[in-house]
Amino acid sequence: MTSKLKFTAATSLTLCLGVGWLHAAEITFVSQGGAYQEAQTKAILDPVTEKTGIVVKQDSSPDAWPVIRTQTATGKPIWDVIDTPTKDCMRGGEQGMIEKLDLAAMPSVAAMPAELRNDYSVAYEFYSSVLAYNKDAYGENGPQSWADFWDVEKFPGTRALRNHPLATLEAALMADGVAPADIYPMDVDRAFKKLEEIKPHISVWWTSGAQSAQLLADGEADMVMAWNGRVSAVMAEGAPVDFTYNQGILQYTSLCVLKGAPNLETAMKFIEAAMSPEIQANFPEYIDYGPGNPAAYETGKISAERAAQMPNSPENAAKQVLNSAAWWSSPEGEAAQERWAAFVQQ
Amino acid sequence: MTKNVTNFLSPEERRERRMILLLLAPALAVVGLLLIGPLIWMGWQSFQGPDGFTLDHYARFLSDTVYLSSFVQTFRIAFVVTIAALLLGYPIAYVAAKSQGIWPPIILGMVLLPFWTSVLVRAYAWLILLQRRGLVNTMLIETGVIDKPLILVNNEFGTVMATLHILLPFMVLPLYATMKKIPAELEMAGASLGGGGWLVFRSVFLPLSLPGVIAGSVLVFVLTLGFYITPELLGGGRTFLVSMLVSRNIELYNEWGAASSISMVLLLLVFLIFRLASMLIPFERIMGTR
Repeated sequence: MTSKLKFTAATSLTLCLGVGWLHAAEITFVSQGGAYQEAQTKAILDPVTEKTGIVVKQDSSPDAWPVIRTQTATGKPIWDVIDTPTKDCMRGGEQGMIEKLDLAAMPSVAAMPAELRNDYSVAYEFYSSVLAYNKDAYGENGPQSWADFWDVEKFPGTRALRNHPLATLEAALMADGVAPADIYPMDVDRAFKKLEEIKPHISVWWTSGAQSAQLLADGEADMVMAWNGRVSAVMAEGAPVDFTYNQGILQYTSLCVLKGAPNLETAMKFIEAAMSPEIQANFPEYIDYGPGNPAAYETGKISAERAAQMPNSPENAAKQVLNSAAWWSSPEGEAAQERWAAFVQQ
Repeated sequence: MTKNVTNFLSPEERRERRMILLLLAPALAVVGLLLIGPLIWMGWQSFQGPDGFTLDHYARFLSDTVYLSSFVQTFRIAFVVTIAALLLGYPIAYVAAKSQGIWPPIILGMVLLPFWTSVLVRAYAWLILLQRRGLVNTMLIETGVIDKPLILVNNEFGTVMATLHILLPFMVLPLYATMKKIPAELEMAGASLGGGGWLVFRSVFLPLSLPGVIAGSVLVFVLTLGFYITPELLGGGRTFLVSMLVSRNIELYNEWGAASSISMVLLLLVFLIFRLASMLIPFERIMGTR
């Protein structure tokens, strides 16, 4: 490198830093790491910086909840915006750890359907717990509903479910004939009773997304409830696997801001920009997760072909159940989680 | 009396004592700071709820059926693994102790070789071997031994296999160390008194090797009690050990206290096991320092 170039690089760096420092327009954004956070960097974070000049510092935490508690307990949090399961934002809000969203300053967020936001958070990206199956085991006539998953006569073979009640209880109720619209509030007893039926046929209760993918790829389980992104990754590798969005359980993570965040105002601006339909529409380009803001599908940036693969495109969303974070963070939801371990173990 | 003895210590001896303390200080500081301190903190925390002092975390041992069944399953698996390790490890240690020349290092080397591979890698290796379309099932089906795959993993069996494989060296090494110290003359004496091979082994060698048996068994048993990776990866969700109960409690109750109370109970049980074992043989021998 010539000395002139070095000089230019050094000056521009100083200038950038100087400008950033003067305006203090920066935030610390936290997500769950891995390929998911990398995809977001390209799809959302970089475009937001380009559009607003907000410098986004990143951190990641697979389970943000304990950190939220610790940071807010000290009263001097370091994080600003977090992307975390909606439940964390909601119970955090109730316990005074999360700031209320300033909807007046957030037209994009305010325009979203009310069921996708609450006082503290807004839906950021969608994924779905779907029914995936091995094509070698079932040919083209694979299982298409949770009733099929429960039907061991018509569909023999090994099965795997997630070792967690969330989405699993919903699937059990649908298998028992409850209409998707009537799932919540959940009849927990009925769901567990239905699960007892299928329990002897479950060969694995998986605990991590990677494990569910491995079960499908290795043919260890013929039918698996798994996250759509994991299933499509296995399919892309050429494994004889397929899945259906029919009766999938649509879930989402949300954005929320820590109580007393160091860059509170910028954080709110960041969320508004990140939730704008134009930027949200970038999600499908980088990862198999859908935009939190459904208006993204109307921007024309997402092709019809790509939309058909997305968990929450209007056509696919219509076949599914929207998971209720409110129910799961209610006392009934907490009780269902406590009951789960006893169910699996016995 | 003690006071008198101290007074009679010569200046050199006192200097030496100070020197020893000084030399031990860094190690003691590390242990105090990184082990004793956190343990006390954990114990304190297990009595803390949102509103200060509470016995709630311990009350769950009585109200939550999962607690009891987790402890029972953990101890059952630890017991099975220990017995299996003993049955497999004893002959290995015996052959290693009795063989000559280059054989002992070769045998022990083979026992130790897997030791240098990550536990995680070995757990996944067992998954590849034991799963439905894994090596073992494929081989058995192709040779016509079975016609439907056996369920070898994602259950307690898979967990026991992998844990056993990982912990076997902890059984073989103390056994080998003990057996090496048994004088060959004692067996010769037994034989000269007319004892056959089996009788000599049973009445001379076996009793003398018992300290090694106890040392190895206690190590394997106690280590299994805290295992997390193998049951998590190979247990299929049904194998729910105490270590997993600890992590579930953090997730579920969002209370470090809930998890701390389980750790405290497990710790007390481990102390109890060591106490019982040290009534049979001195503690230093369990840890292999003597």
